[in-house]
This record gives sequence, structure tokens and C-alpha cells, in this order.
Amino acid sequence: MIDADSLSVSFGDVAVLSEASLSVAEGEFVGLVGPNGAGKTTLLRAISAAISPDAGSVRVAGREVQNLSSRESSRLVSVVPQVTHLSFAFDVREVVEMGRTPYRSRFSSPTPEDRERVDRAMERTAVAEFEDRSIEAVSGGERQRVILARTLAQDTPVVLLDEPTASLDVAHQIETLELVAKLVEEGKTALAAIHDLELAARYCDRLAVLAGGGIVETGSPEEVLSADRLAEAFDATTAVATNPVTGSPTVTALPGGVPSELPERVHVLGRGAAAAGVLARLEGTGVEVTAGPLVAGGPAAAAATRQGIDPLVAEPYAPLDRELLAAAKERIRTADAVVVCDLHLGSGNQLLLSALDAPPAVVCETTPLTKRNYAGEEAAAAYRAIRAAAESTEPSSVLSALAAVESASRGRGRTNVSDIDGVGSHSEADGAGPDAE
Amino acid sequence: MERTGRIVSWSAGLTAILAVVVVASAGLGPARIGPTTVALAVLNAVAVPTGAGLGERALPLLGWSLPAPSLEFVRPFAFDVRSSHQTIVADIRLPRIALAATVGFGLAAAGTVMQGFFRNPLADPSIIGVSTGAAAGAVAVIAFPALLPVGLQPAAFAGALATAFLVYAIATEGGRTPVATLLLAGVAVQAFLGALISYMLVHSGDSLREAMIWLMGRLSNATWSDVSVSLPVVLIGVAVLAAFTREMNVLLLGEEDAHHLGIDVERTKLLLLALASVVTAAGVAVAGVIGFVGLVVPHVMRLLVGPDHRILLPTSALAGASFLVATDTLARAGPAEVPVGIVTAAFGAPFFLYLLTKREVHAL
Repeated sequence: MIDADSLSVSFGDVAVLSEASLSVAEGEFVGLVGPNGAGKTTLLRAISAAISPDAGSVRVAGREVQNLSSRESSRLVSVVPQVTHLSFAFDVREVVEMGRTPYRSRFSSPTPEDRERVDRAMERTAVAEFEDRSIEAVSGGERQRVILARTLAQDTPVVLLDEPTASLDVAHQIETLELVAKLVEEGKTALAAIHDLELAARYCDRLAVLAGGGIVETGSPEEVLSADRLAEAFDATTAVATNPVTGSPTVTALPGGVPSELPERVHVLGRGAAAAGVLARLEGTGVEVTAGPLVAGGPAAAAATRQGIDPLVAEPYAPLDRELLAAAKERIRTADAVVVCDLHLGSGNQLLLSALDAPPAVVCETTPLTKRNYAGEEAAAAYRAIRAAAESTEPSSVLSALAAVESASRGRGRTNVSDIDGVGSHSEADGAGPDAE
Repeated sequence: MERTGRIVSWSAGLTAILAVVVVASAGLGPARIGPTTVALAVLNAVAVPTGAGLGERALPLLGWSLPAPSLEFVRPFAFDVRSSHQTIVADIRLPRIALAATVGFGLAAAGTVMQGFFRNPLADPSIIGVSTGAAAGAVAVIAFPALLPVGLQPAAFAGALATAFLVYAIATEGGRTPVATLLLAGVAVQAFLGALISYMLVHSGDSLREAMIWLMGRLSNATWSDVSVSLPVVLIGVAVLAAFTREMNVLLLGEEDAHHLGIDVERTKLLLLALASVVTAAGVAVAGVIGFVGLVVPHVMRLLVGPDHRILLPTSALAGASFLVATDTLARAGPAEVPVGIVTAAFGAPFFLYLLTKREVHAL
């Protein structure tokens, strides 16, 4: 249904896509995953002909999209954009009615079919109850559903979604993706950029990993999430970073291989590619790794199982039960260091925070806390306190962070590890070297 | 249909207000004339065209003379009105009122389009330099009549359209015209033309006063021939714009969303910009630079009827006509006549500040 062939797109001197190819079959729900800045939005824009690629072609339903008029392509492809700007106060129904634009002639009034489609779209997205309200007066989540309703009213065989869940709470994230999955069941074809790997794995028929300007991996969620390349793909942003001094891109491999002084026992918890990346880096270092809770079916759980670690797993967004919580706390307590990877706060996860002040911690983040906090300000404050006391790092440099933690605790003696300030000042002194005196 | 009903009732109401304003305005002035007499005199002036042909009369345009279509009229009414009153109403006041209504209608419609186009309630019809271009053309003719032996109105009209085209050409690259570039190019070109106008004013000698009055906007000396030049352009322009109101609505979602909803964005933008510029040019060429009509009227109507252009465009245009007729009446009925631009700005600016402080005006 969608055939993107060797797409190259650059903005000015920056090449965003280089020879990216992706095919989506009719009736398939494909999740486009990849680190921030990988070009997911750009790929979607090229498919919807919002931009013209420098090279390559996109065919939708066998037709070259660049040659289609806006009207023709708007009958084939509808788009749920990441953000919608509305600077004037249309009411919700008027915005949904705009979805019928591709079918209406200049002077005709809406046909019964137009009206029926609009009504049905508003029912399915549960926006009918506030159809008279101004689009400026609804919340971000409601607005996203209004745009989804507009897309439904547009009734195209292909639907592109750019981070459709980004501004939604957990319940609406699930509702939204379930609606998309339902549309696909009814015969539509969907391609969605989703930053949350767990959600993508749960709802998509197939995942495509976009990194370094191209599609590096496609396959079923199981195949893709357990592939080594996933962690690599998500590390690409950190491993290929821009040198702040020279401005040139630098590729950071593990500095000097594996650091010699690592904690004996490391516990890893959290989710997503961050946790998977950390586990991949700990593999083969001789460190005894425990893990959990990780998200069942997610990339980290897949990586852990592959490495022979028996992780504690929890269903995504399901409440954390008491036994699991106790088991996790026990593993944390007996570890010499704990790595917290993109921990989502909510569903009881925040109760883990109280156990995290025992062993020295490394906090690994790839998404900002505001995008993963569903548990309120108090939990966020507790998390920030832990982060402030811990080593903060990225998945690619987790080993050096663990080495720093280990040398700090050896210097102080293991009994004194909870004296966080001491750890911090000591490692600073190490770096600056004034204690040579 | 609920929406159609709203459009019809709002338009009918505003048309009635316009009729009242016209009759009241035609009765006011040094000679006061009662509303009944005015109404009868206005009806007497109504002419119904019965036939058309290419006539002898020449239409001056950019220095060329084109044969103009001439119409044969029948006057269906012949009420008994004193001939002096009939002359005052039909030959002196009505042309001016009709011109004010035409210009107000066009400026408010063009302002509505520009505000939607730029997705910014602070945009006005001359945001891409149409008025400044018209001013440059007009001042050039006023200040240097020997160098430019063309009519004032053709020069202003040509200046307006040339400026709009220039700004559009500067802002267009690779077939795309980003709105922000258009806005900034408009600002820069206006600044340059402003310098040019100031230079010409400094060297305009005896014609300085005439140039200043033109720059402030004036409807005095209006004739039926001014109306016959500007009214068809404005009416046709606004009628075509009215056919694109749904596109204007969808464009408010942003250009990329509009493309996804089947709008040919660049073509629609060019068309809207060209039509709004022609309508604005037709107004300022005959009336000079009249500010705030195209800014305040659409804004107030948006507060009243909402942002849907299908109702906003016709109601703004009608309200603009009433507003300019009313302000021009104030301009001429006072002890000393002032340019109407002074009155519109004197009323419009404080009102706009009021809206600003009430936070009805959105952030830029």
C-alpha cells in the first residue's frame, strides 16, 4: 500500500534521510520507532507529500504521491500531525467537518454522507459530548482526539500518525492506539511514529526501526525488540554526538574497553531502549546482573531473557502487585549498584523509589521526566532527589558511570555509601586532581 | 441549514444597518434634509441598467484610454422631491457615501482574508505593502506632475499592485511562499517605500498639502465615476473571495494540515493574496490610505460571529461599509472637514487598544 523507495531528504546541509526504504502492506499497522531526531516525522511528511524528497519515490496504492494533486492525495492519505496549531476559535464539530474537505465541491452543502461520517467519527473518538466547545477551550488530550476524529471523517485507506500518543495520558494513549488497531482491522493501512517502544510492540503488526537516516530493521515486534540492532539504533544519538568544542561529529565507542573496577552485582530497572541498551552493555563484562521490574514483552525484557537473566516483569501500565514490589526491592537491596533507566512513574512504580537510596544509583535517561510521570508532583520530587544524588548518564556510557560509582564507594568504604554528598565530592576531586597534594 | 440561516440573518441585519447609516448620512451636512426626503431622493437616483454596449466614453487606465462598456439606464422611481434636495443628495452626498461604502466593504473583506491568511488577528489589508505602494504611486504623481503625466488613481492602483507583486516575488523561492517571509519582505519593502515617499514629500513644494491629505485618506471630491471604477472591482473581487471561504478556514489549521486535507496550498495562497491586494488597491487608489477599517472591523466581527470565514467574510464586508460611511459622515459633518483616515484611526486605535488590554487579541 505504501512503498517508499530510497528516500533522501535534507534540510539545508543536514541530511535527515538517506536512502530510506519502507513498505507497508494493505491492512497492516506498522510502528515507526527510532531515537529522537532520527527522521520519523520527515519520513511521514515525505510519504504524505508534504515535502518533496531530494531523491527516491513514494507510491501509495500504486500511485506516485509527488504527482498527485493535494485533493487526490488527501483522498488516499490522511495525517494525524504531532501538533496542530489553531489560532482561531473554531468549535470542535467545525474542525471535524474539515475532514470532509477532500470530498466537497466548492458550492455544495454537506451531503447526508458527509454528516453521517462526521457524526460517527465524533462518536468513535468520544468527542461528540463536547462538539460545541471551542477547540481553544479543550485540553491537549481532547484536542488530539478531535484531530483523530477529523482523520476518521476524512476516511482514507491510508492513515499516517505522528506520535499520536505524545500528549495523552496513559488511558487515552491506549484508547487511541486501540482505535487505530480497530481501523486497521476494518481494512485501513496505518503507519505510526511512536516513541514508546512498549506501546508500539503491543499494538503494531510490524515495527520499523529508523536510525541514521535509514530503516535499519523491520519485522515483528518480537524480532525487532530482541535484535541487537535496536539498542544500537537508539544509542546512535548518543554514540554519534556532536563534539561541543569542535562542532564536528564524534563517534564514542566504549572508552578503553571495559573499565576494570565495576560493581560486582548490578540491578537494572526501567523500560524501553534505555534499559535494553544498558543490559546490552553489561553483557560479557563479568558483572552479575539482575533486572526488574521490566515491561513484559518490551525490548529490555527481551534483551534480559536473551542474556540469560531472569528479569522480574510487569504488564505495561498494570498496577504493580505487592509480591513483585517486594521481590524488586529485595534485588535492589542486595545489589552493589542500581541502574534506573527511563523509569516511568505510575501504576505503583513510584513505590520503588523508596528502595533506591540504599545502593549507589546510576540514572539513565533518554526521555524527559515529564513524559513519563503519571504519579504526580510528589513522586517527581522524590525521583529528582534520587537523580540529583546519583550519577546521571546515557546508555552508551553506563559502564564508565558504574566504574565511577564503584571507585567512589571503594574509596569511602562500602558501609558509607549512603553518604551521597561524600560520593559526589570525592568523584569531583578525582576528576580535578587537586588531592595530589 | 443552521449555518446558512445565520449567514442570511446576519447579512440581512447588517444590510439594514447599512441602509439606515446611508440614509442618515445623506441627511446630515450643512443642509439638513429629513430622512423621508432622503429616502425618496435615493430611490429617485436608482438606475436600472437595461442594455449595454461599447460606448464612446473612455476609461483611463495607466495612461491608456480603453473604450468602456456603456450601460443604458431606466430610472424606475420619480418621487416629488425638491430639486435642490435631489441634487444635494443624489449628486453631492450619495457618490461620496457610495464610495465610502465601497471602500469600507473592500478593505474589511481584504482585512478578513489577510488575517486568516497570516493566521494573525493583527494583520491588515496592506500588510504586504499594498497601501504604501499606492501611496508611493499617488505621491509621485502629485509631487511631480510634469514627470508623470498619468492619472492619480491609475498611478496609485499600479503602485499598489506592483508592490504586492514585488513582495510576493521576493518571498517566493522554489515554488513556495512561506508566510513569515512574506510578512518580513512586506515590512522591508514598506520601509523602503516609506523613505521614498518622505523624499518625494520633501521635494513636493506647493503640492505638499494635497499629498498629505491623500496620505491621510480622503473621500471628498468623490464622483460617480470614482464609484463606477472601484465598485465593480471590489464586488467581483469579494465575490470570488467568498467562493474560497472554506479553503480559508482549512488554511487556519496550518499549511501542512491544509495540504493533507486536499487544499492546493500555494495556489490558494497566491489567489487569495492577489484578490485581496486587488480589492485593497481598488479602495486605496480612490480614497487614499485609510487605516484601521481592515484591521478592527474583521476583528470585531470575529468576536461576534466566530472565525468561520463563510459567515465572517460577508458580515465583515457589510460592517466595514457601514463603519466607513459613518466615520466619513463624522469627517465631513463637523465644523471643519478632516480626512476620513484621521477619524478611522482616532476611533479605531483606542478601540484596538481596548481589545488588547482585554486580551481579546491573541499573542503574535
